[in-house]
Formats: sequence, structure tokens, C-alpha cells
Amino acid sequence: MNTLLTDIGQYITFRLGDELFAINVAQVREVLELPPVTKVPTAPDYMRGVVNVRGKAIPVVDLRRKFGLPPTPDTVHSRIVVMELDLDGEPTVIGGIADSVHEVIELEPGQINPPPRIALRWRTDLIQGMGRRGDDFIIILDLARVFSAEDAALVKEPSALATVPA
Amino acid sequence: MTSGPSIQTFLLEAEDLLVSIEETALALSPGQPVGEPIHQLFRAFHTLKGSGAMFGLENVAAFTHRVESLLDGVREGRVPVTTELIDLILRAKDHLEALLATARSPLARREPAPPSDAGQPVAVEPDGTDIAAALEALLTDTSPAEEGKASQLLAPSTHIPNRIAGSLQTYHIRFRPHRGILAAGANPVALLKELRTLGPCQIVADTTAVPALEELQADHCYLAWDVTLVTNAGPDAIKDVFIFVEDGSELSIQPTGPAQSPADPSPVIPSAAVEASAEPPQPSPASCTSAPTTSSANPESPPEPPGKASVPRTRRPAAREASVRVPSSRLDRLVGLVGELVMNQSRLSQVAAGAGVAGLVAPVEELDRLVAELRDNILGIRMMPIGTIFGRLRRLVHDLAAELQKEIDFVAAGEQTELDKTVLDQLGDPLVHILRNSIDHGIEPPADRVRLGKPRRGTIHLTAAHTGSSVVVTIADDGQGIDPAAVRARAIERGLLAPEATLTDTDLRELVLRPGFSTARSVTNVSGRGVGMDVVKRQLDALRGHLALTSQPGHGTTLTLTLPLTLAIIDGLLVEVGSEQFIVPMSVVTETVELAREQRHRRNGRRAIAVRGDLVPYVPLREAFALPDAAPELEKIVITCLGEDRVGLVVDRVLGSRQTVIQSLGRFYEHVGLVSGATILGDGRVALILDVAGLIRATAYHPPSPSHPPRSLPPPTPTTPLTTKHL
Repeated sequence: MNTLLTDIGQYITFRLGDELFAINVAQVREVLELPPVTKVPTAPDYMRGVVNVRGKAIPVVDLRRKFGLPPTPDTVHSRIVVMELDLDGEPTVIGGIADSVHEVIELEPGQINPPPRIALRWRTDLIQGMGRRGDDFIIILDLARVFSAEDAALVKEPSALATVPA
Repeated sequence: MTSGPSIQTFLLEAEDLLVSIEETALALSPGQPVGEPIHQLFRAFHTLKGSGAMFGLENVAAFTHRVESLLDGVREGRVPVTTELIDLILRAKDHLEALLATARSPLARREPAPPSDAGQPVAVEPDGTDIAAALEALLTDTSPAEEGKASQLLAPSTHIPNRIAGSLQTYHIRFRPHRGILAAGANPVALLKELRTLGPCQIVADTTAVPALEELQADHCYLAWDVTLVTNAGPDAIKDVFIFVEDGSELSIQPTGPAQSPADPSPVIPSAAVEASAEPPQPSPASCTSAPTTSSANPESPPEPPGKASVPRTRRPAAREASVRVPSSRLDRLVGLVGELVMNQSRLSQVAAGAGVAGLVAPVEELDRLVAELRDNILGIRMMPIGTIFGRLRRLVHDLAAELQKEIDFVAAGEQTELDKTVLDQLGDPLVHILRNSIDHGIEPPADRVRLGKPRRGTIHLTAAHTGSSVVVTIADDGQGIDPAAVRARAIERGLLAPEATLTDTDLRELVLRPGFSTARSVTNVSGRGVGMDVVKRQLDALRGHLALTSQPGHGTTLTLTLPLTLAIIDGLLVEVGSEQFIVPMSVVTETVELAREQRHRRNGRRAIAVRGDLVPYVPLREAFALPDAAPELEKIVITCLGEDRVGLVVDRVLGSRQTVIQSLGRFYEHVGLVSGATILGDGRVALILDVAGLIRATAYHPPSPSHPPRSLPPPTPTTPLTTKHL
């Protein structure tokens, strides 16, 4: 389904609520502790603000809100995953706030399944595949799609806390 | 010699030449006597021909040759200067531009050059035959003798001088080539040979500079030559021989008088001398050649100014400053580095101030001063005169006016006003839009103008000037202006306005700047499709600029563009609201005043404070940005001024001025209309830069109509139809 999945890939795993997600390391520049975030007025809720990453102001997305999960307060485990994405041909640096960041794992193509079509809480078009690790499943995100989509609520059923489109 | 870099140099040079050709051609007026402009044009085309042939661009050389022949006819007075001629020259210039673009594109493919060059399909007529035919036609109309010349393509500048009728003249030429001339691929001997084709000459080599053998570098040229040349070609032609080597070389061309110099022992001289002495003596042989190219053929033409004539400049003023072409990406990198330096410097200053180490204060202050100077200098490098885009605009007016059968004078002033290159690059398109509008909608057809008692020719004034840290560009036409009634009708028709809405004339005019709006009755090629002014506004917003429009029905429209000098680093005023800090661009701040709690309640449907007798509306930032904490007892109002509008921004504290390195907020915040960027503060925090124009827009305060209650600030929604009066 995607050329990225044909080779052994390294992925960074992070957690939002009780769900485990993974992003290809090629798209991750660094993982930082949560610095003070400057809010940008009148921006959508899921846009948390901007942070200073080595002298550059980087936009930060609250991934929970972006995906339509209920918000929780930041904890000592909260991290910013600084990603470098190619959005519509434009290289873009963006930070995503995750509840916690875990480890780098390797997944062979055989360990990745296409997203199941039925009985899933999650929107399949934003998911690149499901990684299998022991008995656990890890959701591998298609980040370019996530950040190009206006409304990227991953959870299908409408929730009071779903993102408000810009 | 045809290696990449040198052809690149040629292409750059050709670009310059084409620009100057366009400028000169546009400055010509029909019926004008032959003078310096024609000579300039001739020389420019001649140079293009020569270097074109040298780099193997046969099509360029062949084509320019035809233009040159025509111009030669003009020089000799056989072809009059007409509008047709000017148009032809302009079209020829366009054609050459296209030819050069195709010459460039294979290069662009080899190396990652800007995609705009390779990406745009170049619309070239394969050989420019129709232009060439028109050129021929114009020439043969008046002189059938030029037949056949155009088809031959010779080495540069061999045949041209021979055709120039003029009296024989002796020149003393001293040529000391640049030492590296051989390494650069030029051959001085070939140049001397070419000189011989102009007429009999005696060449003496000067070997005094040749060093002893052990110091001699084989690839250096140590020789100089003294040449005595008798020719009927003008100094231009002689100069042209050396055209590609004159940089760095020493070259003097001195006319020594009509060709009867007794000191000249050349065996060919006698016959020439007889011929020359038959002519009346030249008026001032010492300093001037009195334009031998035109004197016989066109007696009524004014002689060239004596000061200029001794060695006419072929390309640029001889005493120009040496300049370096640098890719702008390098400058951008430099500006980026200076930005980081400024940021670190402000952090250092802050730490030094807090550290209380006496020895640290003086060096840090010194560093501060140096960094500021470095910053100003580096930003200065990127400054370019706005006049560099005026040429293109002049051409636009010329072409469009012809297309629409209108008569328009374009008057530009303030060409020297400098702007950051990035601003300048993005200013061209808005100006083109505005001019198109003025020409299409503004200026009436000549017949209508006469009927209205206006001068037959319309005028568009384009003026640029500095005011503080902004550049103000105004475009004023004396056309029909904007009719508020027509705008109103159109806005209702387009659903941009509720039919019952009452609007002021100012509001109505501002409607013109909204998307999808056009009052043109018919869609023309030029405008009327409802795109234009809103695009202009958006482009200016992106530049942190400001657009104001005034119009007097029947008398014309004036658009005023206010632009920042630079997009990289600005002076900012740091303010604090609650725990958030913001930067207000210092360029719009006029003063700060206090706002006590009791004054705050003194509002009747609007918020305004008296500042020196004027009521100024104000916006509490805490409210506008929905910040949680409560306001302090005593607040401050930063009074900002943008064009005609004044607005106060209510903050908790004013923390002082800061060097602000502007960073873009990127695509995720591009719809946020109240802030225009971010900057990193000395303590590492990010502060947002307020977009004062956006704040003014969002609060939309209009003094004459107090009936509207103050609104809370919605996120700007630029594309929704306008049903209320907020813009």
C-alpha cells in the first residue's frame, strides 16, 4: 500500500491515553520536554501555540485534541515530538504534544498489517498501517495526511471535545 | 570560452542590456531627432549581437543584426523615429528575451536553478520572422539599399563601421590588457587584427613591463600596445573592438585630429590624407569627434555633447563602483545569521545586566553597538531601489494603453527609494494589478476625456518615498474615480451587501478591495473578472503592508501602499498582558498613555479615549485574545497609527523597545489575522508580533456611525459575504 512499508522501518512510539501510536523515525527530528508554550489567539483549539526550538518558533499541535480525544492536563511525561514533514511539497517543521514517548522499535513489513476496515474506532484514511508487537497493536500514522486534513478527528463518533475546524 | 560560468555572465549582462533597451525605447518619442538614445540602443543591440555570436547563440546574433541594421538606418536619418519603430524595438526586445530564456534553460536543467526559468514554457515564435519582416519592411520603406545585409551574419563589428559614412580621423589608442586576459580566453592579437579592419594602422608594442625571465609567468600578458589608426569609423566602433576586454584593462582612445598628422609615417596615409583634407576641418579635434556618424547624413541633428563624445560609454559609466553579483540565497543566509546574532546579543545583554559583574558591562555594550551596526549594514545590502521595477511598469502602461486605445502618460518619481529585496520582489505583482485597474477602469478613452473637458492624455503618477521605517508608494490616476453608487449597486447585485444596509462612501470604496468585486461593465482581457484588488490587498497583508484608497468621482483614484522597509528585523515595543508578552512594531507606535479603571467605564456604546483632544478608539488585548486573568488597576494604552487610522491597544505593562527578529508562524497559523509573526525573546520565550492592521480591521471602528455596538473579535473570516458593515 505504501512504499515506506516495504522495508524494515524504525518507528518511534508514543502514547495518547491508552492507545499506542508510532511514527517513522525519518519524520522525527527530536523529542523534547515540554517548554513554555506561547498561545496564538484565535487559532483553533488543537493548535496549542508556538515554542522556541533552538531559536526557531515552531507551531505545536495538541495531538489529543487534533485526534478528537478528551484533553488531559500536561504531566511530567508529556513530550513534544518535533517532526519534519513534507506538506503539499512544502517542508514543514511542527511539534506534536504526546502524553509520553516510549522507544524506537523496528518493524518488518510482515509485522505491519493494513488498517482493518471494520469495527475500528479510528478513521482509517489517516492510518498507514497497524504494527504488531507481541499481542499489542500499534497505530502507524500517516502524518502528512493528518496535518493536511482540516478536521483530523481520529475518533469516528462525534464528541463534544472534537476539534473545531478553523 | 563557452563554459557555463561565462555564458551565465553573458546572460546576466544581456538581461541588463535588455532592461536598458526597454527603458531607452520607452523614453523615445515619435519625430525625435537622432541623438544619444538612438546611439545607446544601437550600441546595446550591437553588444548583444557580438556576444551572442561569441557564445554560439546564432539566432540571437542573426536577429539582433536585423535590429541593428534598422537602427543604423535611424542613426543615418533614413528611417524616422515613429511609434511603429518604438513598438518594433520593444517587440524585438521581448523576442530576444525569449531567445535568451531558451538559451538559459538547458543550463537550468543541468544545475538546480530556480524552477521559474525552466518551468515556464517560453512562448517564442521559432525565429521571430514576423518581427524581422516588420523590421525589414520599415527599413526598405525608406531605403531599398539595405537588402541582403540582414541575411549575412558576420563576426561582430567588422562590417558595421565600414558602412558608417564619416570623415577620416586619426586616433591614438593605447591598450594595456589586464594581466589575466589570456587566462580569461581573450586573444589580444585578434583584437589588434580586428582593429586593422577599421583602417590602416600602425601598432607598436610596449614591452617595458615584461619582467626578467625568472619572474615571468607564462600565462600573464605583460605587453601593451600603442596604435595609431586612421579610420572613418567613429570612436564607438573602436571601443567596440575592445568591448569584451575593457574590464580591468587600460584603454584610451584619443582622437589626434583629422588624418593628416605629419607624425604619422603610415605608408597608406597619403591618399587618406588627401581625402580628409578635402573635408572642412573638424571643429574641435582635441576633445570631440562631433558625431561623425551623423554629421554628413543628417545635418540637422544636434551634435553630441562634447564632454561625452571622446569615448562614448558602451555599457555603463566608466567610473562606476566595482560591484559583485551574489546569489540572493547567500544574502538570505547572512540575514538569518545576523538575526540569530541579534537574538543572542539581547540575551547576553540581559544576563550581563543581571550578573552585576562590573567588567562585563563595557564590552557587552560595545558588542551591542557592533551587532547593531552589522545588522544595519547587512540589511542594507539587501536594499534595492524601487526604480528597478519601474521599467517593467512603464512598459505595462505603454502596452496596455495601446491595447485599450487610451493615451496615458506614466510619471514616476522616487526611483531611488530603497526597499528590502524580498519586499521589492513581492511588490511587483500588486503594482501591476493596480496599474491595470487604473488603465482599464480609471482612465477614460481619449474622446470621453475631451468631452469631459479633461486633457486628452490621462496621467498616472507613481511615487515612492520613505516615511520613518516605512516606504509609501502612491499610484494616482486622473481618471473617472470610483462612483459610490455604482459600487453599491454592484455589491448588492453580487450579494456582498444587504440592500437595506446604509454605508458611508468610504465603506463603499473599501468594498472594491473585497474578493469577487468588479465594477467594470464588461469583462475585458485586462480586468473585470473580479480578481485583482483583493489579491492586491492579500499580497500587501502578507508583506505587513497597508493599502488605502481614496477616490474623487470624476477626478481620479489614489491608492496608497505603506510597506515595511524590511521583513527580517524590526524595532518592536515589548508589551505584557497577564503572563503573555507581545511585540508591537515600533513603526506604528506613536505614544503610550495611561488608562485608569474609572476611565474604562466611561463608554457609551464605544470605547475611545481622548488623546490630545482627539478621540482614539481602543482595543483591550486581554479581551481580544481571551486571556484569563483580571486586568490591573492601571492599564497602559499603546497608541498606534496606520495610515489614517489610529487605534489604542490596551496592555498591562510596557516593557520597552526590543530588536525583533521576525519569524513566520507558518501555514498552521496563516488564518490568524491578529498576529503577523513571532520572535524569540532574550529569555528564550516566544512573543507574538501584533498585526496592527489586522486588529484595526477586526475592530472596525467608524466614528461617524456610533449606532453599532462594539463587537467581540471573531476569528477573521476573509471569504464570507459582507452583510454587516465590518470589513
